[in-house]
Amino acid sequence: MIINIARKELKSLFASPMGWIILALLMFGFGFLYLDGVNKYFEVMSGSIRPAERQGITIFVGQNVYGAANFLMTVAIPILTMRLISEERRSQTLPFLLSAPITLSEIIIGKFVGLVLFLSILVIYIFVMLSTMNIWADIDFGYLIGNSFGLILLIGSFCALGIYFSSLTSQPIIAAISTFIALFAMVIFGNLTASDPNHWFGHLSMAKHFQSFTRGVIDTSDVAYFILFIITFLTFTIRRLDSDRLTG
Amino acid sequence: MAISTLDAIDLSRNFGSNIAVNDISFSLQKGEVLGFLGPNGAGKSTTMRMLTGNLAPSDGSVKICGFDMVANPKKAKEMIGYLPEMRPLYKELTVDEFLTIAARFHKVQSSKIRRSVDSAKDKCGLTHMSKRLIENLSNGYQQRVGIAQAIIHDPEIVILDEPTVGLDPIQIREIRKLIKDIGKKHSVILSTHILPEVEMVCDRVQIINQGDLVFNGSIEDLKKQRRGNKLLVGFNNAPLKKELLAVEGVTQVDKIDNTMYRIHFNHEYVPAEEIVITATKKKWGLFHIAPDVTSLEDIFVQLTQLEK
Repeated sequence: MIINIARKELKSLFASPMGWIILALLMFGFGFLYLDGVNKYFEVMSGSIRPAERQGITIFVGQNVYGAANFLMTVAIPILTMRLISEERRSQTLPFLLSAPITLSEIIIGKFVGLVLFLSILVIYIFVMLSTMNIWADIDFGYLIGNSFGLILLIGSFCALGIYFSSLTSQPIIAAISTFIALFAMVIFGNLTASDPNHWFGHLSMAKHFQSFTRGVIDTSDVAYFILFIITFLTFTIRRLDSDRLTG
Repeated sequence: MAISTLDAIDLSRNFGSNIAVNDISFSLQKGEVLGFLGPNGAGKSTTMRMLTGNLAPSDGSVKICGFDMVANPKKAKEMIGYLPEMRPLYKELTVDEFLTIAARFHKVQSSKIRRSVDSAKDKCGLTHMSKRLIENLSNGYQQRVGIAQAIIHDPEIVILDEPTVGLDPIQIREIRKLIKDIGKKHSVILSTHILPEVEMVCDRVQIINQGDLVFNGSIEDLKKQRRGNKLLVGFNNAPLKKELLAVEGVTQVDKIDNTMYRIHFNHEYVPAEEIVITATKKKWGLFHIAPDVTSLEDIFVQLTQLEK
């Protein structure tokens, strides 16, 4: 049943120009970053003579591409998540889902999975794009796979937060703006305590947890952070919709 | 013996201190069309939302074919097809796409989806609209898609909330015919505030007012209240009241205007013939004689204002 809801979401995303436009813009953005990374690599590396200054092309270009994912997603995801529930509220289509033999959890998880699958297209695209470097260089696929995994977790967390804000209102625009503000805050939290890398406040920041992926490290504590984040906000959303049923 | 497919037991719902539905109990038999009548804000839609599991009742329970809506919502919801007041359509999809999704959500086996979509479209007269976007359909056709969505999984009970609101007279007739057809196989609950609709479509009527059930009976019972013991008579040369009272069987005469009279009589005996004979004899110029029926509207007003 979760898969059926996810399929419906994907269908709706591709039935409107919104999905295509966002996907195209993101691909353009990441494509540009890739090109920029490759150009810079040659510039920087031709200047560094000593072997100690040299860096692999994978990590150099990869950091350029994946490192910016934070900010690109902060802008793109609110636009995609805003309609998930508030649009259904506004056009009064929620009863269609609620009177079908599907549980609330299945509806919310289905929508979440649908959106993450949609954005996985982007993750695969970035992976393939960076893999093309293998034609003339010998790249580190482990780094790419690790980062793809991290990016999926980041996208998942952003989507979970977006779905929650979308469930609070029947105005998609309000959902989008509040999601954007929340995501932006999550991403820059870490900068507030940048002087002290071990400050507890910094650990709340999403950027900090995503950074270790862009360095090529998969840390279980980071993975746990993202997964807990996703579970928390999906649960909040389910509770929120359930309270609609109870209080009307 | 009739099998009841839906039981509402002591259903209540408050919104804060405002009581929307107050202790309503009823049941629905298999193959019955039940009309839910009531003025605006009477609690019709709230009751329907509770029956379909969209809203949790404050008190009481709903049983669908024996499955409790709270304890076993998935099983209970499988038996129901619901069309809310605001039709829930994904307008960016085509009719086929939308109905396929509806079938999938209602657990129609994937091998049968094609067939059930086709048969729902066929029943609702949508076959030639398959590839159109729902957004571009007219109001009436959108309503049909809404009904098709509710019957796609061949449910035991179809619940339709004001299915003919905002449609033109031809569409209304078609939708009513469709509801009657559905009623042959499924149990149907429909809410409306259009009285003739109930008379045409429903087997049984429930009138709900301010959250209370004020009438529950067959359409025949309702009609009985309608058939009065009055005649409406018109004369060109109107006689005096006492001349009319002299006619055998007449108990009371009300003058409506210079030519029209309302004549009351005893239940058993209709003095129509006597009136005609007397009128022609005395040259009153009789031009109209007909039973004076209380309109359904009047009964409705009587019933709903009883409490006040």
